[in-house]
Amino acid sequence: MADVYRALDDETRRLILDELAARDGQTLFEICTVLLTRHRRTSTRQAVSQHLAVLEEAGLVVTERRGRSKFHHFDRSPLAEIARRWPTPAEDDP
Amino acid sequence: MKIKLTSIFVDDQRAALAFYTDVLGFTVRHDIPLGDASWLTVVSPEDPDGPELLLEPAGHPAVKPYRDALVEDGIPLVQFAVDDVEAEHRRLTDKGVVFTQPPTDAGPVMVAVLDDTCGNLVQIVSEKAPA
Repeated sequence: MADVYRALDDETRRLILDELAARDGQTLFEICTVLLTRHRRTSTRQAVSQHLAVLEEAGLVVTERRGRSKFHHFDRSPLAEIARRWPTPAEDDP
Repeated sequence: MKIKLTSIFVDDQRAALAFYTDVLGFTVRHDIPLGDASWLTVVSPEDPDGPELLLEPAGHPAVKPYRDALVEDGIPLVQFAVDDVEAEHRRLTDKGVVFTQPPTDAGPVMVAVLDDTCGNLVQIVSEKAPA
Protein backbone atom coordinates (compact mmCIF):
# COMPACT_ATOMS: atom_id res chain seq x y z
CA MET A 1 0.00 0.00 0.00
CA ALA A 2 1.22 3.47 -0.82
CA ASP A 3 2.10 5.55 2.18
CA VAL A 4 -1.00 6.71 4.03
CA TYR A 5 1.13 8.46 6.64
CA ARG A 6 2.91 10.60 4.08
CA ALA A 7 -0.39 11.38 2.36
CA LEU A 8 -1.83 12.68 5.65
CA ASP A 9 1.27 14.72 6.49
CA ASP A 10 0.08 17.89 4.80
CA GLU A 11 -2.55 20.39 5.95
CA THR A 12 -3.93 21.04 2.44
CA ARG A 13 -4.42 17.31 1.88
CA ARG A 14 -6.15 16.98 5.26
CA LEU A 15 -8.44 19.90 4.33
CA ILE A 16 -9.28 18.17 1.04
CA LEU A 17 -10.31 15.07 3.00
CA ASP A 18 -12.34 17.25 5.42
CA GLU A 19 -14.23 18.73 2.48
CA LEU A 20 -14.78 15.35 0.83
CA ALA A 21 -15.99 13.99 4.18
CA ALA A 22 -18.51 16.86 4.27
CA ARG A 23 -19.62 16.38 0.65
CA ASP A 24 -18.31 13.36 -1.22
CA GLY A 25 -17.87 13.34 -4.98
CA GLN A 26 -16.34 16.67 -6.05
CA THR A 27 -14.62 17.84 -9.21
CA LEU A 28 -11.18 19.44 -9.10
CA PHE A 29 -12.87 22.81 -9.71
CA GLU A 30 -15.17 22.42 -6.69
CA ILE A 31 -12.29 21.32 -4.45
CA CYS A 32 -10.27 24.38 -5.53
CA THR A 33 -13.30 26.63 -4.91
CA VAL A 34 -13.84 25.42 -1.35
CA LEU A 35 -10.12 25.41 -0.49
CA LEU A 36 -9.93 29.03 -1.60
CA THR A 37 -13.17 30.39 -0.18
CA ARG A 38 -13.45 28.39 3.07
CA HIS A 39 -9.80 27.88 3.93
CA ARG A 40 -8.02 30.73 2.12
CA ARG A 41 -5.75 28.20 0.44
CA THR A 42 -4.51 29.85 -2.71
CA SER A 43 -2.93 26.72 -4.17
CA THR A 44 -2.95 26.55 -7.95
CA ARG A 45 -5.12 23.95 -9.65
CA GLN A 46 -1.94 22.12 -10.61
CA ALA A 47 -0.85 21.96 -6.98
CA VAL A 48 -4.28 20.72 -5.85
CA SER A 49 -4.20 18.17 -8.64
CA GLN A 50 -0.85 16.90 -7.33
CA HIS A 51 -2.22 16.69 -3.77
CA LEU A 52 -5.12 14.63 -5.12
CA ALA A 53 -2.66 12.34 -6.91
CA VAL A 54 -0.84 11.68 -3.62
CA LEU A 55 -4.15 10.93 -1.86
CA GLU A 56 -5.17 8.67 -4.72
CA GLU A 57 -1.87 6.78 -4.59
CA ALA A 58 -2.43 6.16 -0.89
CA GLY A 59 -5.92 4.87 -1.65
CA LEU A 60 -7.58 7.67 0.33
CA VAL A 61 -9.19 9.18 -2.76
CA VAL A 62 -10.78 7.28 -5.59
CA THR A 63 -11.99 8.90 -8.79
CA GLU A 64 -15.08 8.12 -10.77
CA ARG A 65 -15.98 9.41 -14.21
CA ARG A 66 -19.60 10.47 -14.50
CA GLY A 67 -20.58 11.90 -17.84
CA ARG A 68 -17.51 13.78 -19.06
CA SER A 69 -16.31 14.93 -15.64
CA LYS A 70 -14.16 13.30 -12.99
CA PHE A 71 -15.37 13.17 -9.38
CA HIS A 72 -13.25 12.52 -6.29
CA HIS A 73 -14.44 10.33 -3.42
CA PHE A 74 -12.97 9.81 0.05
CA ASP A 75 -12.21 6.15 0.78
CA ARG A 76 -11.56 5.70 4.52
CA SER A 77 -10.52 2.06 4.35
CA PRO A 78 -6.74 2.78 4.44
CA LEU A 79 -7.35 4.55 7.76
CA ALA A 80 -8.47 1.23 9.22
CA GLU A 81 -4.89 0.05 8.98
CA ILE A 82 -3.87 2.78 11.44
CA ALA A 83 -6.56 1.70 13.89
CA ARG A 84 -5.53 -1.95 13.50
CA ARG A 85 -1.92 -1.10 14.21
CA TRP A 86 -2.67 0.99 17.28
CA PRO A 87 -6.12 -0.07 18.43
CA THR A 88 -7.90 2.27 20.81
CA PRO A 89 -9.31 0.45 23.85
CA ALA A 90 -13.05 0.19 23.48
CA GLU A 91 -14.91 2.60 25.75
CA ASP A 92 -16.91 -0.18 27.40
CA ASP A 93 -13.76 -2.08 28.47
CA PRO A 94 -13.21 -2.16 32.23
CA MET B 1 -14.35 50.09 -24.64
CA LYS B 2 -17.07 47.75 -23.41
CA ILE B 3 -17.92 44.08 -23.63
CA LYS B 4 -20.63 43.67 -26.23
CA LEU B 5 -20.28 40.03 -27.21
CA THR B 6 -18.53 36.95 -25.98
CA SER B 7 -18.60 33.47 -27.45
CA ILE B 8 -18.60 29.82 -26.52
CA PHE B 9 -18.18 26.81 -28.77
CA VAL B 10 -21.18 24.49 -29.05
CA ASP B 11 -21.40 20.99 -30.53
CA ASP B 12 -24.64 21.73 -32.39
CA GLN B 13 -26.03 25.23 -32.88
CA ARG B 14 -29.71 24.21 -32.99
CA ALA B 15 -29.45 22.03 -29.87
CA ALA B 16 -27.56 24.85 -28.17
CA LEU B 17 -30.23 27.36 -29.14
CA ALA B 18 -32.92 25.12 -27.62
CA PHE B 19 -30.96 24.70 -24.38
CA TYR B 20 -29.99 28.35 -23.99
CA THR B 21 -33.53 29.60 -24.73
CA ASP B 22 -36.04 26.91 -23.64
CA VAL B 23 -34.09 25.66 -20.64
CA LEU B 24 -31.94 28.55 -19.41
CA GLY B 25 -34.37 31.26 -20.57
CA PHE B 26 -32.28 33.51 -22.82
CA THR B 27 -33.80 35.03 -25.99
CA VAL B 28 -32.45 35.00 -29.55
CA ARG B 29 -30.83 38.26 -30.61
CA HIS B 30 -29.37 37.28 -34.00
CA ASP B 31 -29.84 34.15 -36.10
CA ILE B 32 -28.30 34.92 -39.48
CA PRO B 33 -27.56 32.00 -41.83
CA LEU B 34 -23.94 31.96 -43.02
CA GLY B 35 -23.41 28.90 -45.21
CA ASP B 36 -23.46 25.77 -43.06
CA ALA B 37 -23.66 27.69 -39.80
CA SER B 38 -25.31 30.80 -38.46
CA TRP B 39 -24.35 33.95 -36.65
CA LEU B 40 -26.34 32.92 -33.62
CA THR B 41 -26.48 35.04 -30.49
CA VAL B 42 -28.65 35.12 -27.39
CA VAL B 43 -29.22 37.80 -24.77
CA SER B 44 -30.80 37.93 -21.35
CA PRO B 45 -34.47 39.04 -21.43
CA GLU B 46 -33.57 41.09 -18.34
CA ASP B 47 -31.00 43.01 -20.40
CA PRO B 48 -31.97 42.76 -24.10
CA ASP B 49 -29.44 45.41 -25.15
CA GLY B 50 -26.75 43.92 -22.96
CA PRO B 51 -23.88 41.61 -23.87
CA GLU B 52 -24.65 38.92 -26.45
CA LEU B 53 -23.47 35.35 -26.17
CA LEU B 54 -22.38 33.93 -29.53
CA LEU B 55 -23.05 30.19 -29.90
CA GLU B 56 -20.22 29.30 -32.22
CA PRO B 57 -19.75 25.95 -34.03
CA ALA B 58 -17.10 23.77 -32.39
CA GLY B 59 -15.53 22.60 -35.64
CA HIS B 60 -11.92 23.68 -35.06
CA PRO B 61 -9.71 20.70 -34.11
CA ALA B 62 -8.29 22.53 -31.10
CA VAL B 63 -11.72 22.90 -29.51
CA LYS B 64 -12.33 19.30 -28.48
CA PRO B 65 -9.13 18.62 -26.50
CA TYR B 66 -9.39 22.07 -24.89
CA ARG B 67 -12.98 21.60 -23.76
CA ASP B 68 -12.58 17.94 -22.80
CA ALA B 69 -9.75 18.80 -20.43
CA LEU B 70 -11.74 21.59 -18.78
CA VAL B 71 -14.93 19.54 -18.45
CA GLU B 72 -12.99 16.63 -16.94
CA ASP B 73 -11.78 18.91 -14.15
CA GLY B 74 -15.22 20.52 -13.72
CA ILE B 75 -14.05 23.95 -14.90
CA PRO B 76 -16.77 26.21 -16.32
CA LEU B 77 -16.20 28.18 -19.52
CA VAL B 78 -18.86 30.80 -18.94
CA GLN B 79 -20.57 32.34 -15.93
CA PHE B 80 -24.04 33.83 -15.58
CA ALA B 81 -25.44 35.95 -12.77
CA VAL B 82 -28.73 34.82 -11.22
CA ASP B 83 -30.80 36.16 -8.31
CA ASP B 84 -30.72 32.93 -6.32
CA VAL B 85 -28.47 29.98 -7.16
CA GLU B 86 -30.46 27.54 -5.00
CA ALA B 87 -33.77 28.47 -6.67
CA GLU B 88 -32.18 28.16 -10.13
CA HIS B 89 -30.67 24.80 -9.16
CA ARG B 90 -34.16 23.56 -8.22
CA ARG B 91 -35.80 25.00 -11.34
CA LEU B 92 -33.19 23.60 -13.71
CA THR B 93 -32.88 20.21 -11.98
CA ASP B 94 -36.64 19.82 -12.43
CA LYS B 95 -36.08 20.41 -16.15
CA GLY B 96 -33.52 17.60 -16.23
CA VAL B 97 -30.37 19.73 -16.20
CA VAL B 98 -27.31 17.94 -14.80
CA PHE B 99 -25.15 19.80 -12.30
CA THR B 100 -21.52 18.80 -11.80
CA GLN B 101 -21.47 20.98 -8.67
CA PRO B 102 -24.51 21.68 -6.48
CA PRO B 103 -25.02 25.08 -4.84
CA THR B 104 -21.78 25.79 -3.02
CA ASP B 105 -21.08 28.52 -0.49
CA ALA B 106 -18.11 30.45 -1.86
CA GLY B 107 -17.77 33.31 0.62
CA PRO B 108 -19.57 36.41 -0.70
CA VAL B 109 -21.35 34.39 -3.41
CA MET B 110 -23.18 31.13 -3.98
CA VAL B 111 -22.10 29.18 -7.05
CA ALA B 112 -23.16 26.04 -8.89
CA VAL B 113 -21.96 24.40 -12.11
CA LEU B 114 -24.15 22.80 -14.76
CA ASP B 115 -23.63 20.94 -18.03
CA ASP B 116 -25.01 22.85 -21.04
CA THR B 117 -25.31 19.55 -23.05
CA CYS B 118 -23.37 21.26 -25.87
CA GLY B 119 -19.88 20.56 -24.54
CA ASN B 120 -19.47 23.22 -21.87
CA LEU B 121 -19.86 23.69 -18.16
CA VAL B 122 -21.64 26.85 -17.02
CA GLN B 123 -21.25 28.45 -13.59
CA ILE B 124 -24.18 30.34 -12.13
CA VAL B 125 -23.44 32.90 -9.43
CA SER B 126 -25.59 34.85 -7.00
CA GLU B 127 -24.45 37.41 -4.49
CA LYS B 128 -25.41 36.62 -0.94
CA ALA B 129 -27.58 39.10 0.88
CA PRO B 130 -25.42 41.21 3.21
CA ALA B 131 -25.53 39.69 6.68
